[in-house]
Amino acid sequence: MTLLDAPRTSPFVLAPKDTPRKTERLVDLFEYGLDAPICLTWELTYACNLSCVHCLSSSGRRDPRELTTDEAKAVIDEFERMQVFYVNIGGGEPTVRPDFWELVDYASDHHVGVKFSTNGVKISPEIAQRLVKSDYVDVQISLDGATAEVNDHVRGPGSYATAMKAMQNMYDAGFKGFKISVVCTSQNISQLDDFKAIADRFDAQLRLTRLRPSGRGADVWDELHPTQAQQRELYDWLVAHGEGVLTGDSFFHLSAFGDALPGLNLCGAGRVVCLIDPVGDVYACPFAIHEEFLAGNVRSEGGFQEVWKHSELFLKLREPQSGGACTSCNFFDTCKGGCMAAKFFTGLPLDGPDPECVQGYGEELLKNRKEKDGGPILPTSSIVDHSHSTTRAVREGMGPVQLTLSRRAGMAPVNAADCEPSPLTGFSPETPATSAAQPPASDCDESPLAGMNLWAKSDAGCACGSGGEGACGCS
Amino acid sequence: MSDLDLDRGWDIHPQVSVRPEPFGALLYHFGTRKLSFLKDTTLLAVVKSLAESPSARAACLTAGVGESDLPRYQRALATLAQSSMVVERAS
Repeated sequence: MTLLDAPRTSPFVLAPKDTPRKTERLVDLFEYGLDAPICLTWELTYACNLSCVHCLSSSGRRDPRELTTDEAKAVIDEFERMQVFYVNIGGGEPTVRPDFWELVDYASDHHVGVKFSTNGVKISPEIAQRLVKSDYVDVQISLDGATAEVNDHVRGPGSYATAMKAMQNMYDAGFKGFKISVVCTSQNISQLDDFKAIADRFDAQLRLTRLRPSGRGADVWDELHPTQAQQRELYDWLVAHGEGVLTGDSFFHLSAFGDALPGLNLCGAGRVVCLIDPVGDVYACPFAIHEEFLAGNVRSEGGFQEVWKHSELFLKLREPQSGGACTSCNFFDTCKGGCMAAKFFTGLPLDGPDPECVQGYGEELLKNRKEKDGGPILPTSSIVDHSHSTTRAVREGMGPVQLTLSRRAGMAPVNAADCEPSPLTGFSPETPATSAAQPPASDCDESPLAGMNLWAKSDAGCACGSGGEGACGCS
Repeated sequence: MSDLDLDRGWDIHPQVSVRPEPFGALLYHFGTRKLSFLKDTTLLAVVKSLAESPSARAACLTAGVGESDLPRYQRALATLAQSSMVVERAS
């Protein structure tokens, strides 16, 4: 693989061995990693009826090596043993797997909660009726524009109507609080109020996540990622309307605008979250389907638990990482240098600012990237791209901005996982700070031994929120 | 917050799953889909002994909580009760 100009053995840069570790906040403890993920993303298939231009997992065609029904059930058995409370199932479009409902039922029967992401294609009135009866299942419908024009430009013709019909079916069945998940782009930031109105109309909960330059998202990131002014607009909107809106803790880099947003403010990759892809490969996070972030495979000896607990990559990620130049920034404590995957796939070093650093440091770095053949040098990958072989054409005059669907020069196909951002929503960064040995000073700044902030804004399903959502976003 | 009755019996909610972690434990409520956490292992011991203890106070004592620390654990339990992670035992 090629990383920037100089070949490096690994993109990860650890802090010096004698760096003191903070442990006073929950978020600091989480950096050591957990015995099992708070929640994890599991992409059941690369098959998809759509070809969204920003798909994190470059989905489209089914991979013949996909886990079989029995193998998938064995993975669920492992989740149960490890007490993984809940999984975010995605894809591809997971509901097109013929055994999808069988696997959902199996997970429920084994005390593993499921939240699945769908474009709505299979959410008929009958399925909605069935879903409303389960305590263990939550549903997340993807929508990337509050109008058909904006949505279909990115997700494809007819996808807005499909999603709206699915939402109507969920609403009619009485399924309260299902999620509507929006990837924030330069084209839809102006529609935040409209998205909220749609969610309110269907008794649903809005979930906003960050566009990542992963998978096919790398091809359209330049065109679709929010401008600095739009990032500010988003931050202000989240501060003003944040109650009840989930973020999967996607936006911790925005904390450098001022106060930290609610959430874990921690990159959970390999520490509290991870991704299992359709062929059983385990990656550090849903945005990083690339061999540099590959920790192992659930089919190998010891299964998922072995990978989670002992893989070299995950153990490395649980070590203190070097913040590089960012450590001198006032906002480093909450921003932590932003998203590892966003840096990696835009060709920036991991020990430096996020490409969307709101202080502007990322932009500077992007401008100064070394170029080759008229484009920046970006990581290449040998992982199979599952995109449909005929990518749909962008219809003329359809969107607010014309997209360029060609790959950027110098870039080989790269995969990164789909749409399930980190699950840890719902953590306050100031979560119970004092140690257990210290009694709280007063009721106001009480630091309960039992955390309460976790569910203040928790992503149903994974309060980790990230939750998911647990602050990880997992939500 | 501190009004949890230590002299009554309390149980972990039947829909709650408790997972020990190095720092204490994570709790997940399948009914409310909320996650919570216990910040130390003593509190985990308290929560675990609720079921076989006649009262929350007894559970605290079993877990080795000293008299002077009781108010803190009472508050922690009250926090858990507020989110239905623990529920008062029907008498």
